[in-house]
Amino acid sequence: MTRASFHPITIGLLLLVGVAAPLLFPAYTNQIAVLWLMIVFASTWDILGGQMGYNSLGNIFFFGAGMYTCAVVQIGLYYDVGMYTSGARTTHIAFTTAQYFTGFAIGIVAAGIMAAILAVATSWIVFGLRGPYFAIGTLGVAVAGAELVASWQWVGAASGISMPVFPGAPQTQKLFFYCLLFALTFVVLLFLRWLYSTNFGIAINAIRDDEEKAEAMGLYTRRYKRTAWTIAAFFLGIAGAIFGNMTGFIDARDIAFPTTTFNIFMILMVLLGGKGTFWGPVVGAVIFHVIKEVTWTYFLGWQFVALGLLIVIIVVYFQQGIVGWLMEKYPERFGVRVAPKEREVRSRAIELAPHAEGAE
Amino acid sequence: MEQVLGNLSVLTSMPIFNLGLLIDGLLVGSIFALAAYGLALVWGVMNVKNLAQGDFIMIGGYITWTLGRYGIDPLLGVPVAAVVLWGVGWILYRTVISKVITRDLFTSLLATFGIAIVIQQSLNLAFGPDTQSAQSDLPTLSFADGLITIASTRIVGFAFAIILAVGIILFMKKSRMGQAIRATAQDARAARVLGIDTEKVYSFTFCLNAAICGAAGALVAVVWNVQPFMGTTYSIRLFVIVTAAGFGNLPGVIAAGFGMGVFEQFGGFILGAEYQQALIVLLLLAVLAVRQLQQLRVRQAVQ
Repeated sequence: MTRASFHPITIGLLLLVGVAAPLLFPAYTNQIAVLWLMIVFASTWDILGGQMGYNSLGNIFFFGAGMYTCAVVQIGLYYDVGMYTSGARTTHIAFTTAQYFTGFAIGIVAAGIMAAILAVATSWIVFGLRGPYFAIGTLGVAVAGAELVASWQWVGAASGISMPVFPGAPQTQKLFFYCLLFALTFVVLLFLRWLYSTNFGIAINAIRDDEEKAEAMGLYTRRYKRTAWTIAAFFLGIAGAIFGNMTGFIDARDIAFPTTTFNIFMILMVLLGGKGTFWGPVVGAVIFHVIKEVTWTYFLGWQFVALGLLIVIIVVYFQQGIVGWLMEKYPERFGVRVAPKEREVRSRAIELAPHAEGAE
Repeated sequence: MEQVLGNLSVLTSMPIFNLGLLIDGLLVGSIFALAAYGLALVWGVMNVKNLAQGDFIMIGGYITWTLGRYGIDPLLGVPVAAVVLWGVGWILYRTVISKVITRDLFTSLLATFGIAIVIQQSLNLAFGPDTQSAQSDLPTLSFADGLITIASTRIVGFAFAIILAVGIILFMKKSRMGQAIRATAQDARAARVLGIDTEKVYSFTFCLNAAICGAAGALVAVVWNVQPFMGTTYSIRLFVIVTAAGFGNLPGVIAAGFGMGVFEQFGGFILGAEYQQALIVLLLLAVLAVRQLQQLRVRQAVQ
């Protein structure tokens, strides 16, 4: 299971899907681009939630932080940010092609770095917390980010920022952002595949299984937790930078730090696909996104009610997820050798004679 | 920044304002304390962290507001909201909560978060996103030459909160069910061995909590206002209160509830109302950080 890289066929298939999708369905380029974003969301959430057992409710913080960092860098390179975002601005500010791409490129890098820095900073608050406190603490970080940015005049406060306009035809713009998001997804998946095959992957799995024992075995758990959180933040920051430019307008509560939409989608997709499995988040993201895009408009305002119900149903009744369920059903296919009957008998024997274990 | 300093200088130059804010904070804090007690109850007895707590409050508030629109005095909404919420709590317990009690903590947290989203969005569809407030035609009292004004609805709300709190505490201490709840909180397994139907206790506790929230929500609608998405802020406030006090510590929860009310009044006055939400969340982070430092000390002592 822990090969360092994909089978060449897998890579080929991924690239094929990535290239073929916008060619086959040119009308849905944006939707498919968002699908790649969803895969990034789910896969990066799973670093902590699935592989490390730390269920975060606040990963969206880094998405929003990256988005705003990129916006500020893009604008700040050529104009005064406070002037640009002020509501009194009446003149239209245009960016030349060179300005746009230079700013965007620097912005993406800055967004990733800034998100990583913020991750290290917040790790001091959140990683002393365990279990539900961690979840609530991270939710607090995300909501605090949203509220602070929403009341910060310099970055436009509640009225948001209109991003620099993409210099090119709408079709080119769609393809450009599609390619960026696909490239990001591809890199994330390759990187995570490699990451989970290293000692680091084993260490974070050990933290998930039993943090006290992992620490007793000499793992400096804090450092691993912080690194995992930083990796997730880095990629989310970049994703935020790209998505902010893709939508063209950013705002703190609904687009940059949407704690009840994207933030909860991440968790939902991972749970749907299968927590702690490599392909689970990807499968979950694809299924969730396709169903959402197809049915969303038919709910006529009830979509978020349906979303809440879906969370409850998945959490209560189907928590192992699709890939998790498949692994349980056909373990041999996943390279896991089990002898279910024997294990059952053994565990029952231990249950019957609890003292035998203690006597060791 | 100048505004903040200006507000601060108002407070230092006119100490009477401090008194006004303090009284208002205590009056509002009584409602927080009530709802926080409900949260602490469910947390302690069932080990379920109810993220939908604030949204229960909002349901109670909207019930009262609706009653008020039909000309019924909103203070009558307190018992009505409590009864309705009891029913809502029972349904939720049967369908969701009873299935997550034995599961890991994140499961119950996420399930109640899902419930919270359902409630928020349903309220939004039913009542629209506007801020509403139930009007009670009680006069506003003023003291010290009009420098301190206290809406008498707040005083009535405070009285209601105190009566409810005393009633609940007496119930927990004296009644059979109250004793069963406390026994289950101490050791569910031992309680079962001694013949307590813990399933019934859990169900009762959750319904009781929902009813407390309903009553608190009715008071919120009267003394303050309700809005579909405000529930999350209330949930966070209550988490701050319970986390700061520790869920087994009833006097602590009540004191922290009052403290929260006062803190918020002063914070809102000094920084301006738009920072209020951010302030509450930052307080949550601060409380969690302090708790963590305390635990760190415990760990060092163990080492």
